[in-house]
Amino acid sequence: MVMGDLVREVDVAVVGGGPGGYSAAFRCAELGLEAVVVDAGKRLGGACLYEGCIPSKALLHVATVMHEVERAREFGLDYGEPRLSVDALQKWKAERVVGKLARGLAGVARSRGVDVIGGRAVFEDSRGLRVEGEEPQKIRFKHAIIATGSAPATLPGLAAASERVMDSTSALEVVDVPERLLVIGGGYIGLELGTVYAALGSQVTLVEMTDGLLPGVDRDLVQPLARRVEKLFTAIHLNTRVTALRASGARLEVEIEGRNAQGFDRVLVAVGRRPQSAGLGLETTRVRVDERACVVIDTRCRTSDPHIYAVGDVTGEPLLAHRAMRQGKVVAEVMAGRPAAFDNVVVPAVVFTDPEVAWCGLTETEAQRAGRAVKVAKVQWAASGRAATLGRSDGLTKLVVDPESGRVLGAGVVGPGAGELIAEGALAVETAALAEDVAATIHAHPTLSESWMEAAETLLKGA
Amino acid sequence: MSRAFVLPDLGEGLTEAEIVSVLVHEGDVIREDAPLLEVETDKAQVEIPSPMSGRVEKIHVQPGQTVKVGAVLISFADSTDGGAVRAAPAPPAAAPPATEARPARARDGGPVPATPATRRLARELGVDLGGVRGTAPGGRVTDEDVRAAAGSTRGVTAPAARAPAPPVETRPLAPVGVEPPPLPRFEQWGPVERAPLSHLRRTIAERMALSASVIPHVTHFDRADITELDAIIRRTLDAARGRGVTLTLTSFLLKAAALALKAHPQFNASLDPAAGEMILKRYCHLGIAVATDRGLIVPVIRDVDRKPLLELARELGALAQRVREGKASLDDLRGGTFTITNIGALGGTGAIPIINYPEVAILGVARGREEAVVRDGQIVARLMLPLTLTFDHRIADGADGARFAADIVRLLEHPDHLLLEL
Repeated sequence: MVMGDLVREVDVAVVGGGPGGYSAAFRCAELGLEAVVVDAGKRLGGACLYEGCIPSKALLHVATVMHEVERAREFGLDYGEPRLSVDALQKWKAERVVGKLARGLAGVARSRGVDVIGGRAVFEDSRGLRVEGEEPQKIRFKHAIIATGSAPATLPGLAAASERVMDSTSALEVVDVPERLLVIGGGYIGLELGTVYAALGSQVTLVEMTDGLLPGVDRDLVQPLARRVEKLFTAIHLNTRVTALRASGARLEVEIEGRNAQGFDRVLVAVGRRPQSAGLGLETTRVRVDERACVVIDTRCRTSDPHIYAVGDVTGEPLLAHRAMRQGKVVAEVMAGRPAAFDNVVVPAVVFTDPEVAWCGLTETEAQRAGRAVKVAKVQWAASGRAATLGRSDGLTKLVVDPESGRVLGAGVVGPGAGELIAEGALAVETAALAEDVAATIHAHPTLSESWMEAAETLLKGA
Repeated sequence: MSRAFVLPDLGEGLTEAEIVSVLVHEGDVIREDAPLLEVETDKAQVEIPSPMSGRVEKIHVQPGQTVKVGAVLISFADSTDGGAVRAAPAPPAAAPPATEARPARARDGGPVPATPATRRLARELGVDLGGVRGTAPGGRVTDEDVRAAAGSTRGVTAPAARAPAPPVETRPLAPVGVEPPPLPRFEQWGPVERAPLSHLRRTIAERMALSASVIPHVTHFDRADITELDAIIRRTLDAARGRGVTLTLTSFLLKAAALALKAHPQFNASLDPAAGEMILKRYCHLGIAVATDRGLIVPVIRDVDRKPLLELARELGALAQRVREGKASLDDLRGGTFTITNIGALGGTGAIPIINYPEVAILGVARGREEAVVRDGQIVARLMLPLTLTFDHRIADGADGARFAADIVRLLEHPDHLLLEL
């Protein structure tokens, strides 16, 4: 038998081994559905584990430690000048972080009987696909899940054919530490990776097209981070575009709007990510793809093809791993006939810079834009005992509350540990808690989490 | 404008109370906290003080009456010296404040305030959260709100709808009594498929669960020698056919049951546990269980006691046909006082049916068979019909059931007695 003729029949074919794909496959297995994952890299974890969340957080941790060590001089602790071995850092990231988690996922897949097939999946109709590449075969499925994720977006017109122009994926490999790095894009990827390279010793220049960092996020949450990166980076140019980019010897010659041409050793393009829906053979199915290349789904993650579902970045904003994971679990339950739905109110967002910025639910900015009346409670960390002991009083915690019912509609926080702190805000909004509920819950002292309680209390004054 | 004073929540799970005495008269002007009435609950006799000052406009209750929490007891005209008196806490309105019901959906069309677990419950029960009024602080929708909404929508759906419902969200059956534990995940042992219940199946399931949970069933067994009756049926079959009627045993069963019910009216009744009363029905509408390919349906023949046998037989044939064709009207299906289920055509030696709630008894009939029976010391072949009388033990005891069944047996065994009534 020729390999290409092999037809495998499964309950569920998952296309893509990222967080959305593996969450779906694992839950399918729990529910008694046989699931296989087709993944181009024949591995589980996807961009999150190999090119995104995990490696970037590993590197950011290094940056945070360096920052802490530097600040430790303030209270009399001096380790001298840091010396960084990029080789050792890469090894640690690849083996102790990514490798360890990858082995863990592979182990879970084995124990649940989820096969991972290496290759590129191309749909042939609504009930079948072929796998091209490493392990060619045909798969007939009862259900398929498109979980192909997203890829870094490129800048039209600036596609300089130079390996010195990086996207987030290549930047996370840390091939070297460039002396001068230009980051194009002031969103979370640009800020996180800019922070990493600055900590590693690069002089970082950041260019952002709009008038502020982290476009769309409440300005008061961005401000402490903006202050920090203004010190950390060599230059930040807002309201600015890069107009030309060309290779010039070992460097890149970059023309920045309103400024003289400058030379950089590397350029990081961090202008967002795009859904990967092309090349999947979706035209042979009834799956509908919108003008932004997102696969169109309903709240049960069903596409317009009754046999095909989709989860994660390929279905559009917000492009976040934890949203994909939740959708993966929902879709498995939907396929098993359970009354599941992705009706989540909040998908928390975290920028893992130093300080971290996190928010969820309704933001003050969105409320203003929508003309919705809200009460906003803010607590500066200046008065926080825990913040003082950390030497970090630059944080802020805020709650966005419905003025009539007192219900928590949104939450935001900036400061060290904001990514962990936002969980309470997310729980409050998701469970429709009232500010009073938050205020009446005892929070351990002294912790940064007390700031939620304090913010809620300010809303209850006089009540 | 008058204000209503309703029986307040008496606590301790008490839902009703008996009015012992009314301590005020219409037209009286009373002050807040003045005693209004004395009531007795199953726990104690208590005096209920007035929550407000004002003139008693109307007294809605009288001593001896049992009233439920929330029932209007007294209407007050607007207080004459209302300005001087601190407004008493507004009494709970007698009727649910339907006009105040606001949709749980936020004004901006945002998410309905409910926890993820509650939202999941709503999906399970097929309840649209947007239409549920949240009762928790801040308008949050609770599990109880969702369950109540599920119950109320069930109440308004038209019974016996003929068109099969389109496949929609899963809708659980109305719960009865104790909540059964959640089902295991059958998928862990092999593949499963889920099939929604048809409207009729749901109705049957809910009615049977209700009956089996509420009624303490007791069954009495008996057998009737219908050799003679069978002979009569055979002899008159052709004559009846000549008049366009198919004479069956069931027509005789109807007649026999109707006659026996006259003598034992407690089996032609319903129980009103809330009132502590038995409702004896002065009419005799008998249900006949009919198996259709869609499920069990029980059409009702009215005034069986007053109709001649041939008319019963004719009506029975026409009704059974209407039911099997799915053309029975709502009136064909309700108002029964007692049910007969004849499974003889399908064989078996006996069955214990479930009472057709809110009736209190049901007669089960299996297949008549020739059996060796001892008559006057001789073994003879007789056609014996197995009968079961299942009845509500709350309205009758075993001895009553035995006598009632014996009367039916006697009428079937002595068609001459029956003849007098035909």
